[in-house]
Amino acid sequence: MQALLDWLDGLLANNSIFTLQTLSFYGEGLTTTVQLVFLSLIIGLIMAVPLAIGRSSRHGLIKWPIFAYTYVFRGTPLLVQLYLIYYGVVFVEGVQESWLWPLIKDPFMPALVAFTLNTAAYTTEIFRGAIKATPKGEIEAARAYGMSPTLALRRIVLPSAFRRALPAYGNEVIFMLHASAIASVVTLMDLTGAARFVYARFYAPFDAFLFVAAIYLCLTFAILYFFRFLEKKLLAHLKPMT
Amino acid sequence: MKKLLSLSLLSLAVAATSAQARDDDQIRIGVDVPYEPMEFRTPDGELTGFDIDLGNAMCAEMKVECEWVVQGWDGIIPGLMARKYDAIMSSMTINDKRREQVLFSEPYFTPPSAWFAPSSTELTEATEGSLDGMSIGVQRGTLQDNYVTDMYGNVADVNRYSTADDMVLDMEAERLDIVFLDYPVGQSTLLESDNRDYKVIGDMITEPKQYFGDGFGMAFRKRDKDLAEQFNQALETLRNNGTYDDIKARYFDES
Repeated sequence: MQALLDWLDGLLANNSIFTLQTLSFYGEGLTTTVQLVFLSLIIGLIMAVPLAIGRSSRHGLIKWPIFAYTYVFRGTPLLVQLYLIYYGVVFVEGVQESWLWPLIKDPFMPALVAFTLNTAAYTTEIFRGAIKATPKGEIEAARAYGMSPTLALRRIVLPSAFRRALPAYGNEVIFMLHASAIASVVTLMDLTGAARFVYARFYAPFDAFLFVAAIYLCLTFAILYFFRFLEKKLLAHLKPMT
Repeated sequence: MKKLLSLSLLSLAVAATSAQARDDDQIRIGVDVPYEPMEFRTPDGELTGFDIDLGNAMCAEMKVECEWVVQGWDGIIPGLMARKYDAIMSSMTINDKRREQVLFSEPYFTPPSAWFAPSSTELTEATEGSLDGMSIGVQRGTLQDNYVTDMYGNVADVNRYSTADDMVLDMEAERLDIVFLDYPVGQSTLLESDNRDYKVIGDMITEPKQYFGDGFGMAFRKRDKDLAEQFNQALETLRNNGTYDDIKARYFDES
């Protein structure tokens, strides 16, 4: 034990990499990553619910445009979408003079828009699948009770669809966290951006990236734990009785 | 593809049979493009620039065959260590931090750094006060990045780019107020830009040495002392016979 402590002590004393400055970069990166991922997931979730309902609609005019949107955003790499939104948009004539410019100027907004549109597309498809998988009997029963289609959707279909979608959605949240690692290509100082900064400054890939990998692991662990808790709570009625 | 495969197989075989992976009559040199006018591609894809021409001239002087390997800047030293190439010649400034990792040749060029901003800017000098709240662009991992981060990181918003291209794009898009670059690079990418007018703010900066080092040098693995010495001698010859000045005149205004 003492040997271990001595070793740790020596390790920290002899390092020029994890100084106050670089640690503050990692701290700043953690804030940016969490903000970016959290906001895009929340907004994406809010967008995805009506989109998924529309996507399950029988009307082609509602269904197909939403399909086109999810197809495009699931069918192209997030990195390409980010490049298009960040670098591409400045080539739109007159954008620098428009009221939108202060928002687009900062890399945070374009990244948030790209991430939100991307996660909304995936979440829409997750929810659509869950809605589609609603047992027919449940809907028929609701109709037999005299519920209107809207009421049946609100009381029967959506609550059970959300429960079914939960495990898949938990995966999407983790994917989103990991996908956010590309934010540093548009100069955002996110966790990976901080790691790249330290890497480029000290030429120390192992130190820089292992440290950041550990932080991502902690974040993923928190997300896993949160979803396990939700599943336990919301899917309790599906568990076999003991 | 096939050629590439057989080439890599060959190099694998060479690496397996001898401890010295480098084939003596072929030297691979790592370079990050584009970084005008030091290294960039012509419209038809050929590598060119001051480093490329000087490097080829040195190789010709040494009577060896050189191959250029393109590698992104932030992985360029790890690439050397991983034996993807035997030397780096990519406008790399000699400094102590890098000296811990690599062996440098004699400096072959000393460029100043400078601040560049659109001509319409109200800035007249770059100080902590005048840069307060500005968006500054630098290339990630360069000495300019270190200098700006340490001097102005607390007051200004430092944006780091993987390539100089991306940075110029954001400069044109008015996302950046000012950038800090090697002067020759700023000269060819910004001052000679057709899209907007740019100017140099304040003086050329070459001090303190702690950041700006001793100029550009080629970098080698520490054990390759002989190779570095060969390049030093070739450089000496080229400086004496005028070839060096010819190449320099091709890429730089009198300054």
